[in-house]
Amino acid sequence: MKTSKRFSFAAIIAIIFAIAWALVTAFPFLFMVFTSIKEQKELFKSSTIFALPKSFYLGNYIEILTGNFVMYFKNSILVCVVGLIILIASASMASYVFSRLKFKINKLIFGIVIACMAIPIHATLIPVFLLTKEVGLYDNPLGLIGPYIAFNLPLSVFILTGFMKGIPVEIEQAADVDGASKVGIFLEIMLPLSVPGLATLAIYNGINMWNEFVYAFVLTSSVKSRTLPLAIWEYQGQYGVNIPMVMTILTLSALPMIIAFVIFQEKLIKGMMAGAVKG
Amino acid sequence: MGVKRRTLENSRKRSTAIVATIFLLPIAFFLIIYIFRSIFYTFQISTLDWNGVSKSNTFIGLDNWKTLISDKTFLSTIKNNIIMVIACLIIQMPIALVLAYLLDWANKRAKFLKSIYFLPLLMSSVAIGFLFKQLFDSQFGLMAVFMKFFIDTPFNLLANDKTAIWAVIGVICWQFVPFYMVYYFAGLTSISTELYEAAIIDGAKRHQYIFRISLPILSDTIKAATIMCIVGSLKYFDLIYVMTEGGPSGTTELMATYMYKSAFTQMKMGYGSTIASAMFIIITVISLVTFKMMHIKEEK
Repeated sequence: MKTSKRFSFAAIIAIIFAIAWALVTAFPFLFMVFTSIKEQKELFKSSTIFALPKSFYLGNYIEILTGNFVMYFKNSILVCVVGLIILIASASMASYVFSRLKFKINKLIFGIVIACMAIPIHATLIPVFLLTKEVGLYDNPLGLIGPYIAFNLPLSVFILTGFMKGIPVEIEQAADVDGASKVGIFLEIMLPLSVPGLATLAIYNGINMWNEFVYAFVLTSSVKSRTLPLAIWEYQGQYGVNIPMVMTILTLSALPMIIAFVIFQEKLIKGMMAGAVKG
Repeated sequence: MGVKRRTLENSRKRSTAIVATIFLLPIAFFLIIYIFRSIFYTFQISTLDWNGVSKSNTFIGLDNWKTLISDKTFLSTIKNNIIMVIACLIIQMPIALVLAYLLDWANKRAKFLKSIYFLPLLMSSVAIGFLFKQLFDSQFGLMAVFMKFFIDTPFNLLANDKTAIWAVIGVICWQFVPFYMVYYFAGLTSISTELYEAAIIDGAKRHQYIFRISLPILSDTIKAATIMCIVGSLKYFDLIYVMTEGGPSGTTELMATYMYKSAFTQMKMGYGSTIASAMFIIITVISLVTFKMMHIKEEK
């Protein structure tokens, strides 16, 4: 009796903690969204930052959306879409080899790929910068795609290999008896069965690529080739003290990921969990 | 018959080899070009005196390395990085674990909470950096509102050289707690409910179940998360660069920000590469040592 009482006390503390953390997490977002629909003078006039917006002011959004923002947005989409397609193609091919084909050095190669997860990307920044300049991709959004794929590949292969190992072998064996080639088995059996895993990879890596900063910062220099995280950087310089304007850009650049999250939430969490459990 | 079977086996082996080679080509291309080659060149460039632009560069052997070892700024970046690793471990791991247990316990009732917890993972570090820079503002920020309860004139935590690193650590924890939470939550959901039921039937109390059964099962997940947290904390760049640029007076300067500044602001590619190489060595050694230490503990 005594212990059960003490437990419920602990539970209450835990629930209070859970709600407190939710508030800590949510407040910056609410601040961001509410401030973005305020006029600058409204922010200066009100006595507290907790004040709700008086009206639904869309001026900030209109100003941003009619400016260079569209350019940044286009670049981000381009880098993400092309990057994801190549990443997923390369990752699924490699994962098929690691999860199904039997040859001597298979485990060794897999180990090398996995070891790449621990490499700090900053240690590669200078050579990649020089290489990108050399091949003429400097200040071109396409130049970002290569590094983005390379740095997201190890974890993707790790997750996808785990996923493919979970697919029962019997289906392939049947196809093998029927005389299907390895390539055929990969294209017609493994890929379709891996779609949930591929979707997870797409979302997880999509978020990474969408938000990447260091490489975009170093490999590009002008508006025409920069991605969204740098738009934030540049608008900050331009609008500096105009807090509502800066918050509008933050909201707009986070919006696509938040929408994607709302739609694919379960998939994303499951995917991250798949990676976590096998780790 | 036997010969035929052997040739069949051989041709199978050969086709496996061909398919494997072709299928591994793309990944080999990306990893070799962008990772292996880069690491190699980083070390090579670290022996040069070079601004990265001019065609000519001077080979200076280990001079950059000698400078690095006695470079006070670099040594202080290591110190800052270590503070960050320890603080992040101590703050993030327990909070993430508690939240994961709560989510696991509440199951579907906490769907809304789970979505809220997840939000920071969706934003770029740059955006988070700017958002918090605003919240730390001494005039219009959230922190100012809290500080007014204690002192008359609130100051910007990020601009004070005693508080800046702790303010930054706070933001980093805000950003990464959900990541480890999901990780632990995954570990918890993989423990079968039967185990819990069996424990309860045997008369175990909930806290006994947590400390004696599920935490030990979770130990591998906790170890992996610890390694990720250590390695991650050694690599921080985005947030710090956005919020403080390493200031005030170098108190939040990290290995990565110092490397960036040396190479791309001061255009000392050689010295920047030396810092990058040192980073690579430090991170590799630390991850290997942590990994080994955890394995030894496991064997005992």
